[in-house]
Amino acid sequence: MYPSRFRYEAPNSLDEAIGLLRDGGDDAKVLAGGQSLVPLMKLRFASPEMLVDINNVPGLAYHRADPDGSLHIGALCRHADLEHSDQLAGTQPTMAAAAPLIADPLVRNRGTLVGSLCHADPQGDWASVMLALGGTVVAQGPLGRRAIPVAEFVTGPFQNVLEPDELAIEAVVPPAKGARSGGYLKLERRVGDFATVGVAVAIETAGETVVRAGIALTGVGGSTIGATEAAAALTGKPLTAETIAEAADLAAGAARPKTDHRGSADYKRHMVGVFVRRILGGTAPGTATAERAA
Amino acid sequence: MAIVYDDLGDEAASEVPVRRIRFTINGSKKIAEIEPRMLLAHLIRRGLGLTGTHMGCDTTNCGACTVLVDGKAIKSCTMLAVQADGHEITTVEGLASASELHPLQEGFKEEHGLQCGFCTPGMMLAAKALLDRNPDPTEEDVRWALSGNLCRCTGYQNIVKSVLWAAEKLRAEA
Repeated sequence: MYPSRFRYEAPNSLDEAIGLLRDGGDDAKVLAGGQSLVPLMKLRFASPEMLVDINNVPGLAYHRADPDGSLHIGALCRHADLEHSDQLAGTQPTMAAAAPLIADPLVRNRGTLVGSLCHADPQGDWASVMLALGGTVVAQGPLGRRAIPVAEFVTGPFQNVLEPDELAIEAVVPPAKGARSGGYLKLERRVGDFATVGVAVAIETAGETVVRAGIALTGVGGSTIGATEAAAALTGKPLTAETIAEAADLAAGAARPKTDHRGSADYKRHMVGVFVRRILGGTAPGTATAERAA
Repeated sequence: MAIVYDDLGDEAASEVPVRRIRFTINGSKKIAEIEPRMLLAHLIRRGLGLTGTHMGCDTTNCGACTVLVDGKAIKSCTMLAVQADGHEITTVEGLASASELHPLQEGFKEEHGLQCGFCTPGMMLAAKALLDRNPDPTEEDVRWALSGNLCRCTGYQNIVKSVLWAAEKLRAEA
């Protein structure tokens, strides 16, 4: 299968890339890892007239923690970079848990976190992780930069708020208010399949008390779902069997799954609750929880 | 080397955008003139005649088209050939020398790591990327590294054994 014909540009700077996007308007698409876009183009679900390949733009292949504790992930940081990152392992349990569960090892060598956020697939894992962590996307356009909270970035399935001439240059995880813990659990039929159910939990605790909580759900609705009531039920309290059970029930209630070949709606909703309990039950500060359930 | 395009009779066909790229494949430097929509797998198979890289699913699932780009295992059906510009590609043809099989190829022979052979080149390249990074993998490491490559014949048992066999041989040679 071939994509339809398109004009290909591989700019060497951010300014050049944004200029090309401005010229291309709605008919231009950004190519980073290409692990979603290229298959869509081969199937002719997407037929952009111009591809702006940003792989030659210098200074985008990074992930780094700033002195204030925020984590910055550049537009060309691959899933595999995060999977093998020593930096993430001790400090970002939810991200460290999710990275090895993205697609398969071959896709992880090319695909990018920022590209995954922009693609806004309801079954994309990173959107849930970043939503649970209260992350932002930094977009650069002709008029400058703006930071967009992930909660406002995705507007629906495969839709985001970027203007045609804006380029998402990095994703940012804000500094923690306490000790981080949490995890990501994904139910999939086999490696590389989309999530039947995915649950991201990000907790920050000061002493015994949860000072910030984020819970987000993958694959159980028309878009990534932030289980805000479930997170609120944990905030300001210690993690106990009761608070965990309440959060799990509220998260399951926030899910909007549909019955399909991957499972029934009831089963998926049930699994949301199970995953919240499993992640929170295994939570001690600094503990990561990852599991690939089959 | 010539690549022939369909003349669809429309205006677009008369203005096929062609780009010149330079890359290295299995140690040889090459220049190719290609349409940007050509996939890397097609450049390798049709442009270079290296048919050891197989096209299985063509939908980013099976890993039969796995090659190494700058040492990293990727699916060549999901990368544009034009993106290989300036990069180094290794295909299964690049594993053996004129007189000697690569230890991975020997391992697949010794441990019966293939039946129909369709997934084998992709398996060997994904395994090579693993062994280059981790010369002493556990069985779990091997299974994890090969989890993007599908085999419909063997059930993976002998493939994993083959890779562990090769790892041991490579360590002994080192």
